[in-house]
Amino acid sequence: MAVVFEKSKALTDVPFHYCPGCTHGIVHRLVAEVLEELGVTGQTVGVASVGCSVFSYNYFNCDMVQAAHGRAPAVATGLKRAIPENVVFTYQGDGDLAAIGMAETVHAATRGENITVIFINNAIYGMTGGQMAPTSLPGQITQTTPYGRDTDAAGHPIRVCEMLSTLSGTALAQRVTVDSVKNVNIAKKAIKKGFENQINKRGYSIIEVVSTCPTNWGLSPDEAMNWLRDNMLPYYPLGVYKDVTEGGNE
Amino acid sequence: MAEKVLMKGNEALAEAAIQCGCKHYFGYPITPQTEIAAYMSKRLPKEGGVFLQAESEVAAINMVLGATAAGVRSMTSSSSPGVSLKSEGVSYIAGSDLPALIINVQRGGPGLGGIQPSQSDYWQATKALGHGDFQLFVLAPSTIQEMVDFVPLAYEVGEKYRVPSMILSDGMLGQMMEPVEFPTKKDDAIAEKPWAANGHQNKREKNVINSLYIDPETLENLVKERYERYELIKENEQRAEEFMMEDAEYVVVAFGASSRVARSAIMQARAEGIKAGMIRPITLWPFPNKTIEKSIDSTKKYLCVEMNMGQMVDDVRLVVSGRKPVEFFGRTGGVIPTPAEVLGQIRALAGKEM
Repeated sequence: MAVVFEKSKALTDVPFHYCPGCTHGIVHRLVAEVLEELGVTGQTVGVASVGCSVFSYNYFNCDMVQAAHGRAPAVATGLKRAIPENVVFTYQGDGDLAAIGMAETVHAATRGENITVIFINNAIYGMTGGQMAPTSLPGQITQTTPYGRDTDAAGHPIRVCEMLSTLSGTALAQRVTVDSVKNVNIAKKAIKKGFENQINKRGYSIIEVVSTCPTNWGLSPDEAMNWLRDNMLPYYPLGVYKDVTEGGNE
Repeated sequence: MAEKVLMKGNEALAEAAIQCGCKHYFGYPITPQTEIAAYMSKRLPKEGGVFLQAESEVAAINMVLGATAAGVRSMTSSSSPGVSLKSEGVSYIAGSDLPALIINVQRGGPGLGGIQPSQSDYWQATKALGHGDFQLFVLAPSTIQEMVDFVPLAYEVGEKYRVPSMILSDGMLGQMMEPVEFPTKKDDAIAEKPWAANGHQNKREKNVINSLYIDPETLENLVKERYERYELIKENEQRAEEFMMEDAEYVVVAFGASSRVARSAIMQARAEGIKAGMIRPITLWPFPNKTIEKSIDSTKKYLCVEMNMGQMVDDVRLVVSGRKPVEFFGRTGGVIPTPAEVLGQIRALAGKEM
């Protein structure tokens, strides 16, 4: 019988632990498909970060290193500088990338560190049970903002792609989401471009995926997708914020 | 024999690391270790290596984690406050069973402390450089030649047992100059690293470098396995120098810079007819229990001389276990004890107040 669909060989057979309606699974699949299509699974080292995706070292079928909270860009820097011909990517959540690891993120980007960063922005801390993230929206209720995020007291959400797009070392800063077939296809193309940039030594590429966390948002999977569209996308507009392969900037 | 060259401690150590095949240095400026970074920034690019000035000590140690995970020899260096920042990464390195070389050129503390030499990070290096049950292999040089010789030793022991290694130096050894000779290059001594995360090339199972184990029994078993390696290190890797110990009755225990002062004081005490000697721990972890133990019967009293408020003295007292008196003399805050001060302490020990 003809095989019409099979799981990417860049994923292991370990079942994902992610909650129903969480978009980690889709993004894992996209990353794995890109690694497979580019034929680089065997030369790739992934860096898992602290948060729900920490167990991604069990799921990706490449060599993996688990980093301390926020330190994935530094670990990836050490890896990439040691084995520059290999492919190195980090897979980080919003707390990891934009709170505790912001210094590592900004400096990896400004050095033009030749790595690919997959950034999951779901506006909340998942693993620890739903606390405010640096990307939590104004007014958003979380475990540590029980009356809603008060921007006077808790500050404003960070728009990471916009900020990193100002840095000379950034090759690609693109925000995508995976709420529809169309958007999943756009996300995959962006992820592929992020890895191609690395192979072509163009510098730091970040693909921010606006994502869901139904469990900690207190919503059903379906409601979560709608909440993402209604609340997150207006604050975090999708699009390409920097792309050195466009406009002769390369 | 190689030719002797006059070099500053920090630079000699850096050159030794390069000659050991360390091609990747990650660091952050802090006095009094900055010469290591400066030397690396000058030499490594010409050796086809990588010098990277990190955004923080925290980032630097995690870059070391990444490079060592990829299977190459790398290092970072700092001084006391910076080493505190590295503690998270050191714990992860230990928990991931990775070797790594960390240099601490100690200065006075706590807090920002001072910039003069100190030994007040003994506890940090030997007991708790980070959270969790783990140890580092810790070497304490007392000469610039040892700053050179201990680099290959730190790499080899670290790689053999898969533990992080530290060279616990201080601002005096880092800044002073002495003639040194470099051993013949032996890059081929670098152990194979089948565990490295450097791409499986579809030829082997994937490697995972990790310190997370959710199941308590799994984690306990891994920690226990690591402690079995620690027992081997304690058995095989203790090192200490014995100075004038043949007939010593009054034994000074001192390491690193303070052992240099103690050595002068002991020679003066001998000239006065006091049977003084010294045990100089070279490995601070594993602590050289065996050398202390075999001295206990013939020793009347011990004196620990340290540039802190009394840290190593705990380990000496643990071995001596009340069988003989163990006294302590220390200066701290960046003050180096004088030979006259230490001689006074030895005389008091021997009951010969002057």
